[in-house]
Amino acid sequence: MKAKLTDKIATFFIVAFALLIVAVLAGLIGFILVRGLNHISWSFLTSAPQTIRAGGGIGPQLFNSLFLLVLTLIITIPLGLGAGIYMAEYAKPGKITGAIRLVVEVLSSFPSIVVGLFGLLLIVNTFGFGFSLFSGALVLTIFNLPLMVRITEQAFRSVPKEQKEAGLALGLSKWKIISSVLFPVALPSIVTGTVLAAGRVFGEAAALLFTAGMSTPRLDFTNWNPLSPTSPINPFRPAETLAVHIWKINSEGIAPDAAQIAAGASAVLVILVLVFNLLARWLGGVLYKAMTASKRMG
Amino acid sequence: MKAIDERPVQAQPAPAKRLKKHHAEDLVGRSYTSICVALLIVIIISIVYFVASKGLATFIRDGVSLGDFLFGTTWDPEGNQGEPVFGVLPFIFGSFATSLLAALIASPLSICASLFMTEIVPGWGKKLLQPVIELLAGIPSVVYGFIGLTVVVPFLRDVFPGQGIGIAAGALVLSVMILPTITSVAVDALSSLPRGLKESSFALGATRWQTISRVILPTVLPSILTGIVLGMARAFGEALAVQMVIGNAPHIPRSLFESASTLTSVITLDMGNTVMGTVHSNALWSMALALMFMTFIFVVIVRLLERRHRI
Repeated sequence: MKAKLTDKIATFFIVAFALLIVAVLAGLIGFILVRGLNHISWSFLTSAPQTIRAGGGIGPQLFNSLFLLVLTLIITIPLGLGAGIYMAEYAKPGKITGAIRLVVEVLSSFPSIVVGLFGLLLIVNTFGFGFSLFSGALVLTIFNLPLMVRITEQAFRSVPKEQKEAGLALGLSKWKIISSVLFPVALPSIVTGTVLAAGRVFGEAAALLFTAGMSTPRLDFTNWNPLSPTSPINPFRPAETLAVHIWKINSEGIAPDAAQIAAGASAVLVILVLVFNLLARWLGGVLYKAMTASKRMG
Repeated sequence: MKAIDERPVQAQPAPAKRLKKHHAEDLVGRSYTSICVALLIVIIISIVYFVASKGLATFIRDGVSLGDFLFGTTWDPEGNQGEPVFGVLPFIFGSFATSLLAALIASPLSICASLFMTEIVPGWGKKLLQPVIELLAGIPSVVYGFIGLTVVVPFLRDVFPGQGIGIAAGALVLSVMILPTITSVAVDALSSLPRGLKESSFALGATRWQTISRVILPTVLPSILTGIVLGMARAFGEALAVQMVIGNAPHIPRSLFESASTLTSVITLDMGNTVMGTVHSNALWSMALALMFMTFIFVVIVRLLERRHRI
């Protein structure tokens, strides 16, 4: 009887703690949305922030975040894919492969602030790119690369062996098999992983404080010359992202409505992360149907 | 008959030409992927080299003694009371206190969540908690900091003596942030357990809790410890969320609800206000070096635990 009672009590606690986590998440999301949503309006999303007066928006920050994301993905995807394919297809088990695996592991566990400081020293100061979107994108690449490598490697490893053997039987070269047989099959999980990783880039701030900078020049959204300092698409201008902006107004905000702006900006950030999560699943499913033979065979 | 014989001959290019094409394709693929991997190695070597060269300058060039740096309790880089003093023990203490406490809060919750998902109600439990864990992992750290500042700190201020800011607030915020890390490692370990293990325990007449506590948990303990170490590593390196709620006072706090600092929070706040090359700036780099060193230690611990698990 005693064992059964202990079992019941333990089960109760396990269930209670598990539900507590669900409640914490529900509370978090609920709090962010309730506090932030009524502050979000079209003008909040598009107007520039005010430093000492109330009524500022997050327009440039939102644009910077999205632009930085695109820049980062342009650099990360080819590099991460290449390294991941190497790990999955070319690397032979041995000391060197073990060392590379260790490198990926260490790189992914470096605190983002250390990576940010490294970017400040090398990219911002030594290479002279200054506080710029480009410096930020390079640092985020360092930050995101190990994740991308792991995603690609796992995706390639989970492709059924028969697909590779079929390619070999057709007399294709190894690279041809990788690029035209394995890659399409691995693509859906790579895309899902990449979009999820992109959501992480959105929230990253510590590494960007010292590389992309904490300010944005007055942007002229009609100026599309990429070399002009006021052009939004100039990659060599300083750019404060949404996450950095939230940190800044919480730490040193002097606008009278700083708390509401932080709430609104947090809500926008969380909604973007939610959208990325849903997008990742949807895109993965669509690509799986499009890229594999599951439809054509049926 | 003749036509059939001829077709394959026409369709196939000369063997030598095909081989050449194969070699060219393989060369492209192999060099492209190798360059990517080489770049990874270059990146890590340069991070270690640059952070170490800056961080060691404090001791080699500026003559700060390592003992005073690591065990000194006074942080006065501007020399407001005479000579500048660089003692970072309060920050090291803050970092360890917050991350240990966060792991202490998050671990039981994570273990319960993973048991719920794999042992209690594997069907809908997983469907319910998997997205919850993923979303908790996806929420940006500055948002956690913002919630810490607007919910956790006022709550602690009302319930406990003190300002609310401090190690307790930092640990609470961090514990939610590292929950997903520990949970997903634990779930992976639990769901890869051989079925026979559990079934034989049930066959002996054990209850579910007896099976969990005496068979399942001891078997997956190294993996769960791995998850906890990974979570602690994340908590140790987290900068902004902690900086927002910990108060950033440069001394060892006497209670959990008193303002404190961590290595990361000091770097975050001070790096922008110091001039590169000064002793103050170099001391911050030394703290970054200490963070990097801790990362290596965490990775080594994880590797050791994984090796134990394999046997």
